[in-house]
Amino acid sequence: MDWNFVFFSAIKIAVAFAVLMTMVAYAVLVERKVCAGIQDRVGPNRAAPPFIAAIPVIGPFLIRLGLFHPLADGLKLFLKEDFTPAHVRKMYFWLAPAITMIPALLVLAIIPFGSNLGTTNSKMVIADLNVGVLYTFGIVSLGVYGIVLAGYASNSKFPFLGGIRASAQMISYELAMGMSVIPIFLLVGGLSLSQVIDYQAGRSWDSVTGQISQFAPASLFQWMIFKQPLAFAIFIVAALAETNRMPFDFPEAEQELAGGYNVEYSSMKFGMFFMGEYANMVMSSALVATLFLGGWTLPWFGLDHAATSLWGGLLHIAIFLAKLGAVLLLMIWVRWMLPRFRYDQLMDLGWRRFIPLALANILVTALFLWARA
Amino acid sequence: MIVKREKLTFWERLYLPAILGGFKITLRHFANTLFRGRTAARETAGGYYPETPWVVQPGYRGAPYLVRDQDGDTKCVSCQLCEFICPPKAIRIVPPGPTGPVPDRPNAEKIPSEFEINMLRCIFCGFCQDVCPEEAIFLQKDYSLTGTSRADMIYNKEKLLALGGTHAGVQKWKQKLEEAQAQDAFPVKS
Repeated sequence: MDWNFVFFSAIKIAVAFAVLMTMVAYAVLVERKVCAGIQDRVGPNRAAPPFIAAIPVIGPFLIRLGLFHPLADGLKLFLKEDFTPAHVRKMYFWLAPAITMIPALLVLAIIPFGSNLGTTNSKMVIADLNVGVLYTFGIVSLGVYGIVLAGYASNSKFPFLGGIRASAQMISYELAMGMSVIPIFLLVGGLSLSQVIDYQAGRSWDSVTGQISQFAPASLFQWMIFKQPLAFAIFIVAALAETNRMPFDFPEAEQELAGGYNVEYSSMKFGMFFMGEYANMVMSSALVATLFLGGWTLPWFGLDHAATSLWGGLLHIAIFLAKLGAVLLLMIWVRWMLPRFRYDQLMDLGWRRFIPLALANILVTALFLWARA
Repeated sequence: MIVKREKLTFWERLYLPAILGGFKITLRHFANTLFRGRTAARETAGGYYPETPWVVQPGYRGAPYLVRDQDGDTKCVSCQLCEFICPPKAIRIVPPGPTGPVPDRPNAEKIPSEFEINMLRCIFCGFCQDVCPEEAIFLQKDYSLTGTSRADMIYNKEKLLALGGTHAGVQKWKQKLEEAQAQDAFPVKS
């Protein structure tokens, strides 16, 4: 066994997990701040640990930013009473939050969040699967079980309705989402996410020998968002629906379902749903950044090639995180901009607009490739 | 009534104009909040609550307190009407009995030996104020009552009188005294 590999992978997993959890916590803060700004409020600006408040100028500024609210919120969730109602089906009730959380963490395994740290055997991806995106869709569709189980196990009306809505919605948009990315893999010629990133930097992998060759100069217009804008639009809307975000947040529509599938949950079990939702958002953003925005590459200053030094590697990770953050911000922004769809409109949009459009997109791309070959 | 729905054009049915319009509006609000500090609270009330206290409007029903009359004497005569009317049973009055304290106000027969309002129970309905024949209890402007224990939130007579201040009102007993004195006066005015 290659102990070096095991050790390095373990470190990668630990760091990526820690970064993901931090992003989840601070995505909540960004969400609250952004929504406050849009709604003419100031947002969270009170949590003030004493040792921070004592720092002269910087302390009050950090407190105004609300940087300590995620910590306070986490602490609060841990200290709340973990209440299990008597009428629930206990096993599924306990299982559901974990099932919501875990798919997001599993998807993390195949996201290439950087090139390498200067040496060729330090690739910044936990598992570079050659079936990358199949794995993703397989895992992501497990996410719906968490919500459906929560709705079923809660054994009460509103969660049940939330669960039903979740299953219908997520299955519908799963299809549109899966079909929207097929043109990308037709263009790239492979399913590995590293291959997709290489394609967007103008490199292609030979399907037989695995030789990497530059087929086009690196440019912004190699990015899939410019080559497949329709696929991008469908994917990002389907991603909003998959992560139960506005304007598709039917499973937890507060005004209609009093909170939806997680009504009966409290304390850290509710926290798991909450974190799972945001972790799913972060992972969806990571997928969008990888599939459509060129992953860790930038077409300038030679940043499209794998790093040759430690600092270059860290720069690539920063580029990836910046792209991820931009997509995440877009997803958060949309929530405070658009009202919720009506349920039949949601189904109409999924089945009668996006799926035919995605199919047409596949056909057009395939015909284009066939004509070119 | 039948509302005629306008037929949407193709461009409108793409949702794109609505989405762009949404971005425009939200960006404008976000920029105004972020860079000019124009928040709803600042525009309407001048700032946020703990720093900028809320201005209480006349007629507001805040916490009920006991008031003193123009001479600084206790107005309450321990009739217990407020205690009986109080829907959440927040008021508790101990009447003086034969050996209790003597009223500090001339003409009054009684004074409560203890008068407590449990502010945790009080629903600020104002029935006590309506029912009081002596105008001795008024809902005032306090809306933020805090304490560190349940016992802290039970206000006793001293505290209620101190918080209540004076309220001359119609000065019923002063008029009664003047009437009585007028009846003693000769010759009787027609």
